[in-house]
Amino acid sequence: MEKLIRIEPSKCIGCKSCELACSFKHRGEFAPSKARIVNAVFVEEAQFITVTCMQCDEPWCLKACPKGAIAKDAATGVVTVDELKCVGCRTCVSACPFGMIKYLPETRKADKCTLCAPDVPECVIFCPTHCLTFSEEDTPLRGKVMRFVQTMKEGQGEV
Amino acid sequence: MKNGWNGKVLRVNLSTRTCAIEDLNMAWAREYLGGRGLGSKYLTEEVAPETDPLSPDNKLILVTGPLTGTYGAANGRYMAVTKSPLTGTIASSNSGGYFPNELKFAGFDLVIIEGKADRPVYLKIHNQRAEVADATHLWGKSTNETEDMILREFHADAKVACIGPAGEKLVRFACIVNDKHRAAGRSGVGAVMGSKYLKAVAVRGTGGVGVADAPAFREAARETFRMLRSHPVTAEGLPALGTAVLMNVINQSGALPTRNFQSGTFEGAEEISGERLAQTYLKRNKGCMGCVIGCGRVTALSDPRWSGNGEGPEYETLWALGAACGIADLAAITKANYLCNEYGMDTITAGSTVACAMELYQQGLVTEAETGIPLTFGSGEALVRMFELIGTGEGFGARLGLGSWGLAESYGVPELSMTVKKLEFPAYDGRGIQGMALEYATSNRGACHVRGYMVSPEILGVPEKLDPQVTEGKAGWTKAFQDFTAVVDSAGICLFTTFAIGAPQVTNLLNTATGLNLSQDQVLAAGERVWNLERVFNLKAGISPSQDTLPPRLLQEPLPDGPMKGEVAKLGAMLPDYYRVRGWDEGGVPTAEKLATLGLV
Repeated sequence: MEKLIRIEPSKCIGCKSCELACSFKHRGEFAPSKARIVNAVFVEEAQFITVTCMQCDEPWCLKACPKGAIAKDAATGVVTVDELKCVGCRTCVSACPFGMIKYLPETRKADKCTLCAPDVPECVIFCPTHCLTFSEEDTPLRGKVMRFVQTMKEGQGEV
Repeated sequence: MKNGWNGKVLRVNLSTRTCAIEDLNMAWAREYLGGRGLGSKYLTEEVAPETDPLSPDNKLILVTGPLTGTYGAANGRYMAVTKSPLTGTIASSNSGGYFPNELKFAGFDLVIIEGKADRPVYLKIHNQRAEVADATHLWGKSTNETEDMILREFHADAKVACIGPAGEKLVRFACIVNDKHRAAGRSGVGAVMGSKYLKAVAVRGTGGVGVADAPAFREAARETFRMLRSHPVTAEGLPALGTAVLMNVINQSGALPTRNFQSGTFEGAEEISGERLAQTYLKRNKGCMGCVIGCGRVTALSDPRWSGNGEGPEYETLWALGAACGIADLAAITKANYLCNEYGMDTITAGSTVACAMELYQQGLVTEAETGIPLTFGSGEALVRMFELIGTGEGFGARLGLGSWGLAESYGVPELSMTVKKLEFPAYDGRGIQGMALEYATSNRGACHVRGYMVSPEILGVPEKLDPQVTEGKAGWTKAFQDFTAVVDSAGICLFTTFAIGAPQVTNLLNTATGLNLSQDQVLAAGERVWNLERVFNLKAGISPSQDTLPPRLLQEPLPDGPMKGEVAKLGAMLPDYYRVRGWDEGGVPTAEKLATLGLV
């Protein structure tokens, strides 16, 4: 099965360690503007949201690429850009509805999350609260289901 | 550069409206690291000690450390360094959030602001471009409104540090608020900004911070990360209850100053504790950038009398607005905390000044005719009303805006001001924690807990448990805490990390980031150098060693209740020893030999 970065927003503290870890690993410097993962903070609404590439089953970026530079690994599911084939045309940037692939001026290539394959994603390693996990199972979904189950269970006890 | 520092200084002259980029003095950077140390070095080189703090001759330095902008040890910190208008001492006020990192991502280590604008302005920094922009439309606005307006007109992703109306009105304890809810709080650094007609500094940076040895730095950061995530204070206490985890702890120790230090225990402590905050207004935990702890409290107030949302109150705030004023009304405290953030004023001094006013009222020196409301201990309504008056500078608020020393002195009773060197105490009674009494008396910015947090060994037992009433050996401990804290403040990391990590880890982070090969002793010597540099500036500014003392209440009036009943601050038993371990003469002046050893002559 494919492993993905699983995100549990309720555990996020808005520290942006994910952005720092990502850019340090892939760009060699701490530069959130170059990170592949984005952590947004909304203090007034008490909401912290983290987004990254979800390695689509049918990636818009892959379909849009005129050079065949983007591929999805059949085994891991990771969607990667082949820098030797990428010509920096940015068609993929336009195609991705989530803004999760971008053009990097310093490499003149498209850049996106690769789950740090074959390693564990660096953002997951440096997430202090386990808001980010790396697993086959969709653990945040499972958590939500189990909370619902608990509610139903408590309701049954009342009957 | 790829060594933690960017190697660039932005110098802004508000009188001429010019911005210039200079190379960082790397010799100073190696000796003073960054943050508090480097900022103090620049300030003491460029500002004469006798300078009037609110004159154009004073400078305001916003300074990061070599670790600011990186990860592993809560590295989102900066310092505002200037000469304090509240105390006349050197001021270094620390704050975290996102603004400090953004300054690094824009390519600067520090910003030096000098002169005075002829009308309200703000500083816009977009990577290596900087300009002084008009801020007439921002003048008078709250910190919240100011940031929102700047984000709309400058850049949605900019980070903002600004003053509120309190800074504009030169309230002597005005702070600089960044990211809306974080504050460089103490010593009135916001008033210096206001005196220069500088409303805000807005930064957008898209660059990065590099380090000398990336794999080694990553390993060093992994180590601190693991230590922070496994220590009971940083992994459990602070995340669960925030800094207010301390409320019940300090109260049970008998060292929670209550009603302007009239007693050391507060019967309402439970009502204003971290536990109670978690049950009521807490929405979620928050960290500054690169934080591994998450002590910040995102809160929303719902109460028939008041509403609002933001961050905090923190422990010191809950105390100053709570126990110090005899107030157990958490809604009023939370509201008053939001007001402090919006007006831009230090919660500790603001609360303590109202506490002092409440004692003046209790003694009949201040009357309702002056205040417009009964200023009785315990009145949350009075607290909120007084804060509104301070923030707007109206009526009795103008007198409160001088701080408790200025207030009490104007009534002829300066001894009722609970201050050292005119800076109000934070939330620990020195009579109950002797090492803190020494720290308060000797701190270079006045009564301050974050220059040498002796609460850690004396109450929390970190790194080892000391008896809070024993005076022997406290001088050495206090010096060690003060020097190491100066390193932490200069590196650009959060002081709270030091519950879990020590000098070996900080040295490792610094070396792998900067490429220097400092020994642990050299790193601690840097801290001692910073301490002595500040001391020498203060002496030249006319702050004599005779001010290394405490108010008569702490020295002479025994605590009337609680486990520390009968105790006074035994400063006389510790101060000579402290001067000795510092290598100063008997009068508290650093010896020529000590200064030479530290490279300060």
